[in-house]
Amino acid sequence: MQLWLIPLLPLAGFLINGILGRRLPKSLINAVAIGSVVLSFGWVLKTLFGLDLNTAHTEHYFTWIQSGTLSIGCDFSVDRLTAVMLLVVTGIGSLIHIYSIGYMAHEGGYYRFFAYLNLFMFFMLVLVLGANYLVLFVGWEGVGLCSYLLIGFYFDKKFATNAGNKAFIVNRVGDFGFSLAMFYIFRTFGSLDFATVFGQTAGASEATLTMIGLLLLVGACGKSAQLPLYVWLPDAMAGPTPVSALIHAATMVTAGVYMCARSFPIYTHAPAAMNAIAVVGIATAFFAATIGLAQTDIKKVFAYSTVSQLGYMFVGVGCGAFSAGIYHLMTHAFFKALLFLGSGSVIHALSGEQDMREMGGLRTKIPWTCWTMFCASIAIAGVPLTSGYFSKEAILAAANQHAPWMFWLGTITAGMTAFYVFRAWCMTFLGTYRGHHHPHESPPSMLVPLAILAVLSIAGGLLFKIPTFLATFFPEHEVPEDFTLTLIASSAGIIGILLAFLIYGFKPSIADAFARAVKPLYTFVYNKYYVDELYDNVIVKPVVNGSRVVLWKGFDAGLIDAIVNGTGTRARNLGSVLRLIQSGNIRSYATWVLLGSLGVIAVIVGIASSGGMR
Amino acid sequence: MNLAAAFQMLSVLVVPLIGFIAAMCVPRSRPQNSRSLALVMSLLAFLDSLQLISKFDRTQGGEQFVLDLTWIPSVDIHFATSVNGVSLWLIVLTTFLTPLCVLVSWNSIQSRVKEFYAFLLLLEFGLVGVFLAQDLFLFYVFWEVSLVPMYFLVGIWGHDRRIYAAVKFFLYTMAGSMLMLVAIIYLYLQAHTFSYTKILEMLSRGDLSFTAGEQMLLFLAFFVAFAIKVPLFPLHTWLPDAHVEAPTAGSIMLASVMLKMGTYGIMHFCVPLFPRSAHTCAPWIAVLAIIGIIYGALVAMVQPNMKKLVAYSSVSHLGFVVLGIFSFSQAGMDGAVYQMLNHGISTGALFAIVGLLYERRHSLEIKDFGGVATVAPWLSTAFLITTLASIGLPLLNNFVGEFLVLQGTAMEHYQWTIYASIGVILSACYMLWLYQRVFYGEVNPEVRSHISDLIPREWAVVIPLVVMMVWMGVYSQSFLPTVGKVTALVLEQSKINVPERVQIHGPRAGSMEAANAR
Repeated sequence: MQLWLIPLLPLAGFLINGILGRRLPKSLINAVAIGSVVLSFGWVLKTLFGLDLNTAHTEHYFTWIQSGTLSIGCDFSVDRLTAVMLLVVTGIGSLIHIYSIGYMAHEGGYYRFFAYLNLFMFFMLVLVLGANYLVLFVGWEGVGLCSYLLIGFYFDKKFATNAGNKAFIVNRVGDFGFSLAMFYIFRTFGSLDFATVFGQTAGASEATLTMIGLLLLVGACGKSAQLPLYVWLPDAMAGPTPVSALIHAATMVTAGVYMCARSFPIYTHAPAAMNAIAVVGIATAFFAATIGLAQTDIKKVFAYSTVSQLGYMFVGVGCGAFSAGIYHLMTHAFFKALLFLGSGSVIHALSGEQDMREMGGLRTKIPWTCWTMFCASIAIAGVPLTSGYFSKEAILAAANQHAPWMFWLGTITAGMTAFYVFRAWCMTFLGTYRGHHHPHESPPSMLVPLAILAVLSIAGGLLFKIPTFLATFFPEHEVPEDFTLTLIASSAGIIGILLAFLIYGFKPSIADAFARAVKPLYTFVYNKYYVDELYDNVIVKPVVNGSRVVLWKGFDAGLIDAIVNGTGTRARNLGSVLRLIQSGNIRSYATWVLLGSLGVIAVIVGIASSGGMR
Repeated sequence: MNLAAAFQMLSVLVVPLIGFIAAMCVPRSRPQNSRSLALVMSLLAFLDSLQLISKFDRTQGGEQFVLDLTWIPSVDIHFATSVNGVSLWLIVLTTFLTPLCVLVSWNSIQSRVKEFYAFLLLLEFGLVGVFLAQDLFLFYVFWEVSLVPMYFLVGIWGHDRRIYAAVKFFLYTMAGSMLMLVAIIYLYLQAHTFSYTKILEMLSRGDLSFTAGEQMLLFLAFFVAFAIKVPLFPLHTWLPDAHVEAPTAGSIMLASVMLKMGTYGIMHFCVPLFPRSAHTCAPWIAVLAIIGIIYGALVAMVQPNMKKLVAYSSVSHLGFVVLGIFSFSQAGMDGAVYQMLNHGISTGALFAIVGLLYERRHSLEIKDFGGVATVAPWLSTAFLITTLASIGLPLLNNFVGEFLVLQGTAMEHYQWTIYASIGVILSACYMLWLYQRVFYGEVNPEVRSHISDLIPREWAVVIPLVVMMVWMGVYSQSFLPTVGKVTALVLEQSKINVPERVQIHGPRAGSMEAANAR
């Protein structure tokens, strides 16, 4: 079925724009960048319609790495899980590419932006198509690279390149776990192919699988920004907003969830590891939501919201409701991409303003943006029958079955989510305009993707019933329907919305009064619990200073070189001999070389022959 | 003996030597002729080595193009040379990099031009010889021959502290060479031959055997000589100084090829000759390698000088190579060899581009740069790709090597892998931090007035290197199969004379565990 065409099309786009883009007109750059992704989307549709998805369809292209019994193929594979991911990635990817035409129109480095974006699509598609862990890892690292490049897109800005480095390095910490998991998998099963490995998990010991599962989780925590490795994602908002939507909300950050779901045959035999996923997920969901309550930068609100929502997906996967996790992955891709693109439209309208305190009253000035974002907001808040409602209910129901305290924490988080999202919406669109720019509605190339995503945010949950689609793929997971739970969870969302309207829509003074009343707590949350400062002072600074003072100046220069130079001093005579021959005349050097070599040879031959004769 | 094939091999060795002699004869007043001559001769040698690849029989693991001529009959010294699936690639690496070194030095070397290129070609001759020699005495001669031109490259064309660096380099290496020489002579006294192949045969037949103590001393004598060259922690302090002071071409050849003399020596001589000692010392050596991986990376992170940073990163990268060899696993050894080649390409490229920056800005201090990406986008792109290769991004060369080393090590000693993998995190730290400070940020005014983008001659240096990074990262099958045949043999040889076998964990052991659980 020529699966290779799916990622290769964006790669071709990257190469064309990356190499020639500087000289190409914008229209051609657009055609190449958007064309390649849309074609790829088309090829995904064609492939999926032509395949029987009940069994995995695998294609082998060439042997990538081989050494003894170790053989890693460049293999792609499609099954139901991949199908969902392919559609989300290429579908949302196409929309965001189109949106970027308008958003990036006035930015420098236009061709570079689209080249990176296409390269990202290539790696993301490799990630979901890979038929073994190592090919998945290629995509995994590759999307990390593109994330790094795009976060630091404005590379003359220090904060942007700092954020890029932070993203890459924190992800490396996660990859440390991921690669150790791969080494352990190969050590245990003698292969990294999904089919081979998963075929043997039933016979492996639980301790082994638990260890593998936990190491994979470390990797997933890095990529999907879970505790304690979530710190890079909020900073990643330094990149252009379409990047935040595509990479840091809809696709790349969900790779960890995908990878854990993909590895379900390992996890189902390692309940402790699964429980760890759920605990990490629920803790992250709650923790990040609390930070989201107090942010004033519109993108930061949605960044913490993304961390929090990814936590939900982990809860789903960790509770055994794999399909619910993937369901939420998809619906989240719809509404979170829309929230980011919408905020991008707001930022675009305000010529770069991101502080919500400088917004307000934009409802009448940019109505399309306002109402499409409203659709996304009710979806993420879990208002009944919107897309977020279905996926969140599925996860919370599974959480209740797994451990009721997770359900309650998840429900409180849902309430907070609804609150901070509508807080943002109210601060942006209601009241009167507090800034001093001249807001203008965005061009159609930006509004059309917003409209499509708005439809998907509302109806996507009903249109694409992922749990049904994946029912045969994942192990059966029956959760009894419980209307009370649904009622409780939905009301939490509704209460959150009403509270936000009450405070920020009608009486903003309440918020200030409240913030003043609990000032220390507010400051603590506003500063993100000082986790960045903690990491900086406890890990980064000691390592850097220790390396400089103890290892380099102390050990390397102070100890080893002191010993060497001490020896050197004793050999100073040799040094002065060397200075003598430093006559500056090259012919004499050459003579020395020749004489020296001959001398050495003569001595050796002498020693050797006398020894030989003995 | 296939004469035509042997001639093919010899020509790779002889062409640089002819080049050296011819370069010495070029009149001093014509520097341009020296440059062109060096370029032509080094390209000829490269073409010759490509011929070698095409004639190489990839289905065989043993030595090929075997040539054995008596040199000094009285002591049975032979001019014995041959090529195997590992040395083949190291030779090609040498001949591939030499023309690039000529191009890199084109404008930057303005004094004593003819001698510079003469020494460069002599260096190539010595290096190719080291990888060809199968007679221990001949090996020693080439080992020393390669040392001399490098000493002068650093000492004459180096920067301010060149004499200190050159002497330090010389003393360190000579100390090791002396130990090796003693060991070679001792071997000769026991075996009455310098022929490496004969000694190996005698060992395997049992005609020659050493007591445990003897073997250990011999092993250590060879190993220390090689470990200094690698350099293995804590014998590495000559390297940063030599690199910082060396001219660009010297740094490239030093890092890319000369360091591999050490790792090649360990793999080709130490392990097969003294397998029992190698196994006994393996845990200690692995610990040093792992310390080197982490230590090199940490110290690299805090370097204010670009070349020093890259030098310490070499300590870290070469730690992976040593670790791979002493994992005594197929994947680990294959990875080690691949990593030797990868490091040659990517660190060669790092030094080349740092050299281009030095030529423009006349500084190696990181703080003197900033915003280079704005004024020289293609140069920055080339450095970015090299950086990514260096930190082991998949689809670029180093990833394949690092993966194999770590996977191979994990098969035998999983806990070693855990510590070594920390180096992978740290490599991202120091390289990306370097990249940020040099290439990103607002344009430093000095940078704006001095730094321009690549010119065609520089493109000719950068493109082959980048192409190789991608090729070796995507399609390792062009290289690994021949390597694997040799390493399989080395592994086989390393079992000779080892009574208490180190237990081999393999995938089979794992699946047995799985079966038991069932």
